[in-house]
Amino acid sequence: MKFKGTEKYVATDDLMMAVNAAVTLERPLLIKGEPGTGKTMLAIEVARALQRPLFQWHVKSTSKAQQGLYEYDAVSRLRDSQLGDGRVHDISNYILRGPLWDAFESENPAVLLIDEVDKADIEFPNDLLRELDRMEFYVYETRKLVKARHRPAIIITSNNEKELPDAFLRRCFFHYIKFPDKETMERIVDVHFPDLKRSLLREALEVFFDIREVPGLKKKPSTSELLDWLKLLMAEDISPETLHGQDQSKIIPPLAGALLKNEQDVHLFERLAFMSRRTGNRG
Amino acid sequence: MLTDFFFKLREGGVPASVKEYLMLMEALAKHVTGGGLDDFYYLSRACLVKDESNYDKFDRVFGAYFKGIAASPDSLLAGIPEEWLRKQAELMLSEEEKKLIESLGGWEKLMETLRKRLEEQKGRHEGGSKWIGTGGTSPFGANGYNPEGVRIGQDGSRNRRAVKVWDKREYRNLDDSVELGTRNIKVALKRLRKFAREGAADELDLDDTIRSTAKNAGYLDIKMVPERHNAVKVLLFFDIGGSMDDYIRVCEEMFSAARTEFKHLEYFYFHNFLYESVWRDNRRRNSERFPTFDVLHKYPHDYKLIFVGDATMSPYEIGYPGGSVEHHNEEAGATWIKRMLDVYHRAIWLNPSPEGRWGYYESIGMVRNLMGDRMYPLTLEGLERGMKELVR
Repeated sequence: MKFKGTEKYVATDDLMMAVNAAVTLERPLLIKGEPGTGKTMLAIEVARALQRPLFQWHVKSTSKAQQGLYEYDAVSRLRDSQLGDGRVHDISNYILRGPLWDAFESENPAVLLIDEVDKADIEFPNDLLRELDRMEFYVYETRKLVKARHRPAIIITSNNEKELPDAFLRRCFFHYIKFPDKETMERIVDVHFPDLKRSLLREALEVFFDIREVPGLKKKPSTSELLDWLKLLMAEDISPETLHGQDQSKIIPPLAGALLKNEQDVHLFERLAFMSRRTGNRG
Repeated sequence: MLTDFFFKLREGGVPASVKEYLMLMEALAKHVTGGGLDDFYYLSRACLVKDESNYDKFDRVFGAYFKGIAASPDSLLAGIPEEWLRKQAELMLSEEEKKLIESLGGWEKLMETLRKRLEEQKGRHEGGSKWIGTGGTSPFGANGYNPEGVRIGQDGSRNRRAVKVWDKREYRNLDDSVELGTRNIKVALKRLRKFAREGAADELDLDDTIRSTAKNAGYLDIKMVPERHNAVKVLLFFDIGGSMDDYIRVCEEMFSAARTEFKHLEYFYFHNFLYESVWRDNRRRNSERFPTFDVLHKYPHDYKLIFVGDATMSPYEIGYPGGSVEHHNEEAGATWIKRMLDVYHRAIWLNPSPEGRWGYYESIGMVRNLMGDRMYPLTLEGLERGMKELVR
């Protein structure tokens, strides 16, 4: 079965190709891109489209590669031993399965999301090389080899906070989700708000792309923020004219809080809008 | 034929490995693509390129390699012209005109010049006296001696054909950082570490556990602490352009290493010397500038300050208002440096020019004075000395 996007997710041709190649060859797919371009959503939608169970592993700065496989809960065992619990004699009672293990042992071929792999320590991806390559690992405590029944489709996302090691990259397919152009953006908005007024959408997109062009913004608004904003605009029943006329009457577009998430950005934007209005009046 | 493509990619600076190439072969064998060139472009890119900063290099190589194949009817034509042209020319030209060709250095020479012009034209997208077809000053084109033949190169159907994805070069902006042998630099930068325990408590604190277990009448009382992280913050200012061009490589390495090593890293560019504004994107240096005051106010004083620059300039650029070569600076560069140093006490200047030459430039001496002698060469050994100074 090929992935072609879903009714809630617009996939570009190159993205579809990368997903299908990774699924067919059973290799991990590394996804990078600006925050809010739907990297995490991709795994969820791929699982839905291919009707596979989804396992998620959200990586944090304190995550260890081992936690994705399993954890040996020595602390509980120690406590149990002090309290004289019978479970203590079987070490396997204290082996906690990680998402990788779950995905490997899944009945049906699964989709595994390893989210924000760059948040973890610099050595983290290196510690997963063999597991991702051979799709098996060894549980030392119980002397058991866990081998994938079906190689899961693994989707790994990164926000580019750290560079990933070469050896890791070589094992993955790679795709960079670039920021959607206006056309794609209209399609994306379309699947989320099918009953949005054309004129409102056009004005809103214009304002949105204008804001993205403002130099020096600490955080450019992304697709997910645009969708939030549109939701608000629709809820408040803002007319396209209000959006269009905002240059003169108001400094900041209505409900801009959904787009600009940072006080400095709001200030910067106000200042720029103020200046452009002044030069506009003069000229 | 793809082996060729693979090696072309490597020549073009895309670090594709054999493993990735085999992966592409496997994908082709498993019929992942439908067979179109666009599909192949997407597939090969997903297999062979692992960083968006290499997308542009890939696009360029792909474009060059598959240029003819992209539109096969055109490419058939493209295969013919020279022979065909020659024949046409011979048929159509009068003796007089043939002499004219001779005077231009013969047909070979002419074709070569023509090709060069075409290349230039592709690059510049705007005419000029050399553009084929303007007649007059150019020996080529409609008003030239061989209107039919030479024009083929001109139409080239370049304009009619839809622009291919790889020809759009959309990823040019991402192709900025190069990582070349930066490992050593990283190791040197590691000295600049300040560990702090913050975040989730997930490490066993052995001492505290023993102490509180004893207090707890021997019953185990586990104590955890957060793991240690590098919490150092760095402000990096790069001199760019002019005399710094010789040191681009080492600066890129430095930048690349710093970016991976420090979580809190802010960088800015300046030209020759620090004045009232700096910028972050060198291509937009004229439109997007940050007032230096804003930098001073935004980043607290516990940031470590690193300048990277050769400090080679006219002394006026440092000492006098209005001394800048690029614009009128109301206050002298020295004033700005002092302001920076007043806020950031831990500061160094890294100079990529060889330390032995520093004595010959007055400006370097001035900068050293301003920095309180905290100037170090941008070598491993210099970096280490600098880092020691920063953590002192």
